[in-house]
Amino acid sequence: MRLKEVDKMKRRYINKILLYAVLLVSSFIFSLPFIWLIRSSLMDTGQIFILPPQWIPNPFRWQNFSEALSVYPFGRYFLNNLTIVIFVELGVLLTSTISAFSFSRLRWRGRDVIFIILLTALMVPYAVTLIPTFILWKFLKSIDTYRPLIVPAWFGGGIFNIFLLRQFFLTIPYELDESAYIDGATPLWVLWRIVIPLSKPALLTVAIFTFLGVWGDVLGPVIYLNTPTKYTLAVGLANFVTTYSGQWNYLMAASLVVMLPPLILFFIGQRFFVQGITLTGLRG
Amino acid sequence: MKKMETKWGILLAILGILGYFMWNFGPMIASFVLSFTDWGIAGTPKIIGLSNFKELFDDFIFKKSLWVTFYFAIGSVLSSGITAFVCALLLNQSFKFKSIFRTLFFIPAIVPAIANAVIWLWIFNPTFGLLNSFLQTLGLPTFNWIYDEHQVIPSLILMSAWQMGYIMVIFLAGLQGVPQQLYEAVSVDGGNWWHRFRYITIPMMTPTFFFQTVMGLIGALQGFVQPYVMTNGGPNYASTFIVYYIYQNAFRYGKMGYACAISTIFFIIILILTIIIFKTSPFWVYYEAERGR
Repeated sequence: MRLKEVDKMKRRYINKILLYAVLLVSSFIFSLPFIWLIRSSLMDTGQIFILPPQWIPNPFRWQNFSEALSVYPFGRYFLNNLTIVIFVELGVLLTSTISAFSFSRLRWRGRDVIFIILLTALMVPYAVTLIPTFILWKFLKSIDTYRPLIVPAWFGGGIFNIFLLRQFFLTIPYELDESAYIDGATPLWVLWRIVIPLSKPALLTVAIFTFLGVWGDVLGPVIYLNTPTKYTLAVGLANFVTTYSGQWNYLMAASLVVMLPPLILFFIGQRFFVQGITLTGLRG
Repeated sequence: MKKMETKWGILLAILGILGYFMWNFGPMIASFVLSFTDWGIAGTPKIIGLSNFKELFDDFIFKKSLWVTFYFAIGSVLSSGITAFVCALLLNQSFKFKSIFRTLFFIPAIVPAIANAVIWLWIFNPTFGLLNSFLQTLGLPTFNWIYDEHQVIPSLILMSAWQMGYIMVIFLAGLQGVPQQLYEAVSVDGGNWWHRFRYITIPMMTPTFFFQTVMGLIGALQGFVQPYVMTNGGPNYASTFIVYYIYQNAFRYGKMGYACAISTIFFIIILILTIIIFKTSPFWVYYEAERGR
């Protein structure tokens, strides 16, 4: 009996060690591209090509960053990106919130049918709408402006975001609204004072998703922007690749700069992030 | 009260509804109509009937791009799905420093597509890249990765497995939602870990798998950054994804009508695919709630 017990403990111990071994190896594999990126961004061109590869830069070449950032106006691109992101965020947060509020907490005839029709938009690939939308903006003389990248966000902020917020709003007890209406409140008051304060995690999720989508978007800026000074970081980096194809240390330094804002945002909002993904992923 | 809600309801929904017609439904119809025309970026569209579709039928690049797009999409849904499931199973065990490991697995998912493309361009570099340096050090044969016609899609599939973080988090939440008493019931009946996995975990996870397959496929079918930044659609059109081909036709060659015809076909294919997946779902998706209804 005792022997069996000891055996069992031993087995559990071995299992634990195995689990940690697997975890360490697999997380190392997942980190490898980052390690490779960071070490390459701090080396000079000679060192970067040594075989077998060296893992510690010697010396650390921090100038890669300042040099990569000075040959291309990445500072300018950063500000351009920031401008677009801010206006898109405003539009998305404002208009998707009111739309989701209407589709979840106000009862009106045809509401659910219309919502299902709107949901079909999730199935339409953006490639299908791309060309007519481009033609529309060309007709409106808005090519080479930020309008095509910003204005759509002010019309409901995308079905996906309405969907996500609606799912969240539905979990708030309706009695809260009802008692407010009995006291003579308007729907806007209910939205502002009851629904929004209770939905901060969902709103933050929408904000983070929107940021990631806009920050890394390549196709939109590539199609709509012509003047180099109006480019975004993503377009800047894409052009950088063709111009400096052999300068891997510069390319890695520039990529690191482009991915830094999303990474910082992730570490700040990690908790909401996981919640938000779960909310949209499971309820679908 | 009812009247007040109707008034406000429509008022507040109007932007979202307008948005749907302006950015989804309207352009979709317009794209369909334009696919029957010949239209350069300047000038007026000329109606040419089914000519675009006839031309597509003989366009070997189009046919090849359909094939590689699906090859990539199915491959990447499978590779990222399986990787994500294995990682989720790992993270569902009890151990210390769980949040650190979860973060390490997840982080690649938030790297912007463009930065990701540049990193992997360097990883795949045949002479000095990470993969070949590694293989060479071990004395193994090296590959040309994205620079070889037959290796380019498998390489891009490998790359997409790295960014499986979102799927992993969803799977992990799914695993945590499996009722504990089901596992206990199997254990009481003398079942081992395999029985628990095969008869509880897998069936309970099928709705999550299902949703991820549909969303993942629709997402993967729309790859653009990989050909745009990494391969220029080559070698020999082996990575000319459909969206990239639409982009080329519309914005490089100025063939708007032709590009619209491609997107019309593409949309019809996605639609049929989605319908098939939904129609077959009762055969392999286990819905607990359906039974109770």
